[in-house]
Amino acid sequence: MHHNTVDIQNLVYTYPDGREALHSVSLSVEAGEKVALVGANGAGKSTLLLHLNGLLPAQSGYVRACGLDVVKENLGRVRAAVGVVFQDPNDQLFSPTVFDDVAYGPLYQGLPEGEIRQRVAAALTAVGMIAVTDRASYHLSLGEKKRVAIATVLAMDPEILVLDEPSAGLDPRARRQLIELLQSLQPTQLIATHDLALVRSLCPRTVVMNAGHIVADGETTAILGDYALLERHGLA
Amino acid sequence: MFATPMPMHIPDGFLSVIVSLVLWGISVIVIGFALKRVNTDLEERQIPLMGILAAAVFAGQMLNFSVTGGTSGHLLGAAIATILLGPWPAMLVMTCVVGVQAIVFQDGGLLALGANLFNMAIVGVTVAYFVQRLIQKLAGNRPWVTVVSGFASGWLSIFIASLACGLQLALSGTSPANIAIPAMAGIHALIGIGEGLITAGALAFVTSARSDLLTPEETPTPASRSLWVGGLALAVLLAVISPIASAHPDGLEWVAEQQGFLGRAQAPLYDLMPDYLLPGISNEALATVLAGIAGVGLVLIATIGVAMGRRRSSAT
Amino acid sequence: MSLSQNLDPYLPGSSLVHRLDPRVKVGWALGFILTVALTPPDAWPVGILLVAITAAVAILAEMPAGIVLRRAAMATPFALSALPLLFTVSGHELWTLPWGWTLTYEGAVRCVSVVMKSWLSVIMAGVLTATTRMPVLLGALRALGVPRLLVATVNLMWRYLFVLVAEARRLMHARSARSASSPRPGLHAGGSIAWRAKVTGGMAGSLFLRALARADRTYAAMVARGYDGDIRTLRLTPLTLHERISIILGLAGLGTVAGLGLLLWG
Repeated sequence: MHHNTVDIQNLVYTYPDGREALHSVSLSVEAGEKVALVGANGAGKSTLLLHLNGLLPAQSGYVRACGLDVVKENLGRVRAAVGVVFQDPNDQLFSPTVFDDVAYGPLYQGLPEGEIRQRVAAALTAVGMIAVTDRASYHLSLGEKKRVAIATVLAMDPEILVLDEPSAGLDPRARRQLIELLQSLQPTQLIATHDLALVRSLCPRTVVMNAGHIVADGETTAILGDYALLERHGLA
Repeated sequence: MFATPMPMHIPDGFLSVIVSLVLWGISVIVIGFALKRVNTDLEERQIPLMGILAAAVFAGQMLNFSVTGGTSGHLLGAAIATILLGPWPAMLVMTCVVGVQAIVFQDGGLLALGANLFNMAIVGVTVAYFVQRLIQKLAGNRPWVTVVSGFASGWLSIFIASLACGLQLALSGTSPANIAIPAMAGIHALIGIGEGLITAGALAFVTSARSDLLTPEETPTPASRSLWVGGLALAVLLAVISPIASAHPDGLEWVAEQQGFLGRAQAPLYDLMPDYLLPGISNEALATVLAGIAGVGLVLIATIGVAMGRRRSSAT
Repeated sequence: MSLSQNLDPYLPGSSLVHRLDPRVKVGWALGFILTVALTPPDAWPVGILLVAITAAVAILAEMPAGIVLRRAAMATPFALSALPLLFTVSGHELWTLPWGWTLTYEGAVRCVSVVMKSWLSVIMAGVLTATTRMPVLLGALRALGVPRLLVATVNLMWRYLFVLVAEARRLMHARSARSASSPRPGLHAGGSIAWRAKVTGGMAGSLFLRALARADRTYAAMVARGYDGDIRTLRLTPLTLHERISIILGLAGLGTVAGLGLLLWG
């Protein structure tokens, strides 16, 4: 890769009612990195993530992902390269069967049927959910739904996996399985979370956000070891 | 500003007062009956169930899929609500949705609300119910039943409701029948396809996840049987009247003129007013000037009142 | 994400109109809309008066002009259905288009009248909802005779509206996030219209099923707080004499305006 996978410069976002959510945020992620984005609720993590695939347009500053400017003309290609997994899997599993959900992305892209099947099988195998391919996702447990949700994005072969609060609501075993899964997956990862133990297990680099600013960006052990820093920014 | 994209919510000003009031009357009676039935059938669950489903229908109307270029297809939801809840609760759910859209978002008028309720909550639901029961009776448990029933009830509920809407516009004299009805019918025949497809898709999802929700009633009550008949009757009636009305718009214009005629019939009694109160200035011109002065006066008073109020509060 | 801003029409304020009793406001608003409806199309002076009343009320409510106009624009798409009136009402001919349609004076009057009427009604209703919180407005409707069950249902619907609308938006975001084009040449993205509609149906089905589950949870929570199916709400204080007189006077004034219109131009 010649380019940074993610390159955000001076991004500003203001809500329609005037509140500023992001104050000139700059962030770069290189290929292969696993980066944690931590911050208290309302720090702006989710808002930042929504800019990565153009769901929120950059009001000021710019956002580049996988070598493309995240602007209207490029959204089709950006969304193939940036795979976003949202916090609530129920919002992402909207098809009758697991197969249909995982196949949505490749189908939309117009890939031939044989390749679609191949990708679905590969994605579900990668997340360990190949056994439920033909079942309705409605009855799966939360942990299983989260894994299927990740598969729906993997099937598009993204360059970067962006996850919003992946471990929220999971019981200890499901959490552990999720961490192992994320460790095993190849693509670059940017994970927004306030599950600091997950950060420690998974991400060598941590970026701390507070009230729309990036207040720290560095090696995970150093940042998570600085209790005063964590407390100042609502994380301890 | 949020708005439903369905062109079936009639704003105020488009229906004559008589048409509006008649439809208000019909809607109040039918919805009143639905309230009684739901009270008996649902008991304590009724409010959480219907309230939240009403919110879901409203939210569901925001879901869209792109058709071509910039246009997109949307959902009304009467058919889905009917399948999931049964006809009477669905009628109340749609009443809440259409009512909130009118009162809170001005999507559809307040005087015209009776007509909008009739079209979307009553016709939409009864026709959907009739189609669903019919297909069920005819085809029983064949695997394709849910999809076909979903599509057919979705499409027909929209199409027949649009006929009613067109007729109301024509009867009010707002739009000539030979334009209003075919236009409404044509547009909604297309939009209805979207509704049908979305309804079918929703049913496919629900069947795979919770097929227990879709088991049919064993013995229909007399009330729901009469609703079935009502749905059939409405559909047939509107489907028959509409082409006749569009082919012979004069018939409907005659009705519209009768409404105006009723008003004009009383006018001779009041033709005691001379045409001129002041020499050389017609009453109409005088009235216009007076109204203009009164109007400007009103606005000035309001503005001054607000300004004074502000000054007083900032002085304290 | 601040979705609630888009959906709740209430604009906080302390204008005269904000402070009016909701029953008075609703009575006047409905009376006004009825008056507008009864006014004959060519009663220009009455029309001027009605526009002035609307403007005065909007000013008294301290509503920003931009918001008023934007909300009034809601009625505009439907206005297209009134366009045929320009050509179909018989009367003094003004202009003939190349393909034979003739624009008449009477037709223009009718068309403008319809559009203005819907505009004024929308603006007045908009002022009502901008100055009255929803639960208060519902209380007024209840006092005016709307059945308890309906009012209680709408109250709950309003409470969950924003939650479910946010769900719908997240569903659409999740779909957009996976709607991509392939970098490989020669592939056509998007699938067929029918497929896209079916996917949207699945989203709707998901939304509805989750709503049903949520309804069960809400019912359980209500039962846990003693709910037994009976709807008990706090009563609004009875109307004061002052308020009763205001309603009557206001409606009488509107009735006079409507009457004049009907008598002189009907």
